[in-house]
Amino acid sequence: MSQTMFDKIWDQHVITGKEGDPQLIYVDLHLLHEVTSPQAFEGLRENHRKVRRTDKTFATMDHNVPTKDIFNIKDEISRKQIDTLAKNAKEFGVRLAGMGDEDQGIIHVIGPQLGLTQPGMVIVCGDSHTATHGAFGSIAFGIGTSEVEHVLATQTIWQTKPKTMGIHVHGKLPKGVYAKDIIMGLIAREGVSFGTGYAAEFYGDTIERMSMEERMTLSNMAIEGGAKIGAMRPDQTTFDYVAGRKYAPKNMAKAIEYWKQFYTDDESAFDRVIDFDVSDLAPFVSWGTNPGMAVPIDQPFPEIKNEDDQKAYDYVGLEPGQTAPEIPIEFAFFGSCTNGRLSDLKIAASVLKGHHIAPQVTALVVPGSRTVKEQAEKLGIDKIFKDAGCDWREPGCSACLGMNPDQVPAGVHCASTSNRNFEGRQGAGSRTHLASPAMVAAAAINGHFVDIRKAGVA
Amino acid sequence: MEPITTITSTSIPIMKDNIDTDQLIPKQFLKNILKVGYGHHLFFDWRYDKDGKPNPDFILNKPERQGAEILVAGDNFGCGSSREHAVWALKDYGFKVVIAGGFSDIFYMNSTKNGFLAIKLPLDQRKILAAAPADAKITVDLPNQEVRYDGHRFAFAIDPLWKHKFINGLDDIAITMQYEDQIEAYEAKMPQF
Repeated sequence: MSQTMFDKIWDQHVITGKEGDPQLIYVDLHLLHEVTSPQAFEGLRENHRKVRRTDKTFATMDHNVPTKDIFNIKDEISRKQIDTLAKNAKEFGVRLAGMGDEDQGIIHVIGPQLGLTQPGMVIVCGDSHTATHGAFGSIAFGIGTSEVEHVLATQTIWQTKPKTMGIHVHGKLPKGVYAKDIIMGLIAREGVSFGTGYAAEFYGDTIERMSMEERMTLSNMAIEGGAKIGAMRPDQTTFDYVAGRKYAPKNMAKAIEYWKQFYTDDESAFDRVIDFDVSDLAPFVSWGTNPGMAVPIDQPFPEIKNEDDQKAYDYVGLEPGQTAPEIPIEFAFFGSCTNGRLSDLKIAASVLKGHHIAPQVTALVVPGSRTVKEQAEKLGIDKIFKDAGCDWREPGCSACLGMNPDQVPAGVHCASTSNRNFEGRQGAGSRTHLASPAMVAAAAINGHFVDIRKAGVA
Repeated sequence: MEPITTITSTSIPIMKDNIDTDQLIPKQFLKNILKVGYGHHLFFDWRYDKDGKPNPDFILNKPERQGAEILVAGDNFGCGSSREHAVWALKDYGFKVVIAGGFSDIFYMNSTKNGFLAIKLPLDQRKILAAAPADAKITVDLPNQEVRYDGHRFAFAIDPLWKHKFINGLDDIAITMQYEDQIEAYEAKMPQF
């Protein structure tokens, strides 16, 4: 019987239990951050338990960290959470990329960047955007804090095997249309829960041509469609990306030989297959309060179909029939685990170069990691952003969720490269409009969204 | 973990679909390093106005709805962020059960770790429960996997392992450590490169 890539990785990791029941699965990499780990370490302490495999555990600080004046955390409670992780990492012997460390950054940016993320692995983290690591051909998913404690103590996790869904993405991506638009377009078409209960795999010629950073953008937002796993077959692009990184295998040839066994035999192995042709895809912009409430730039916002739509329109202060260019943009956010990597900043900078953001717009640029920041500075990208009037910051999650001081004021419309446009996500009363880095850059220049395909840039 | 068997209580209906964990507990309350103290902030943005005063129109603030242990909700409950704080906030508020059309996978797993029952029922049945008056009691019977209200009996599904854990209030880690030999054997044969 043909198998999916997911089945093959899963089967290799089962410690006990039979399919259909909860099974005990071995975890190869456990990533930690300061928000979802303190209660887990406290649980270990109360029960006199240790971290079973410190060599398979890696922590950083990202959600709370300030993006300027990083060693001066004004919020007492944020500081306590950050200090708690530092203390826990020391006490339990866990590797930590702490404040100011050269490896510090958003956990889903640094895992791949450090070569910790590898094909064929089971990877977990107390964060739903762990789906990102699926781009390497791994089973990667977000877990809760009780599960974090369980993995720390046992290096395993109880899971019921999900169904599998193949998402066939094909066609040549038009100019000005990006990985972000693919995942937004898919969720706009299929809804925010189409993937619930499934492990998704993206495949097809479009995926094969993508860089690892583009693939990560796609996998990252699988969770916004309900799929906690969004994987891709590892290929030469994957292997080339991993090779030479800090924690990459010493014996790459042997590793690659091993990784090559992870692929889906054929489409019939999936429980469900959906098809997504990108050849006529347009840039997407979200208008509402979940990522499925999004339209192509050249289409009007939809009619009100139910109470949820009504609530969303009331919250964002927009009306059906309006179009994205009519949204008055006063804030722009570049960053997050979705679009905070070097290639994302490069694309945004290419749009901004030679322009200045509109006077009413505040723009924050928050690189996904310290390494991304340093690489960007080496290329002079920081200067392009600064010359355009943007605020160039230190790495972290920042205004994607506003746990630190970086928040969008109430009532303000923000063009954002992040992943969630939930009510209050970027700050109480904030109105988030998700889009690709190129679209956000163009919106920042114009004070409203424009069709990047017609703007003749990127 | 507290064992859970049968719960009989009044209820609160919030039949909105896609209630995400940002709504259940906004990020500004995730900085606590404990598992308790979140109940006051449950549904914060809907429950309080800009000045922090209770919004009298929101159902959690209605005097006749106080003390309810059962929440009845729409589809795809608990989507979005993985924050377990969402389950802690529901529990800390006093809810013991949420009955919805479906749950995000991560929220569901979090509920099983905290003795918080997440029950899936179809819309027609939930509509009947959502119409229950403020003083009407609903019974959730876990051993018999049944929700009872006003002569109705709605069967629900739950994995036998989770059910066993709920009823006996078992600690996952202790269960897992029974398999320590198998974990060690697995680790011994892992590929090295």
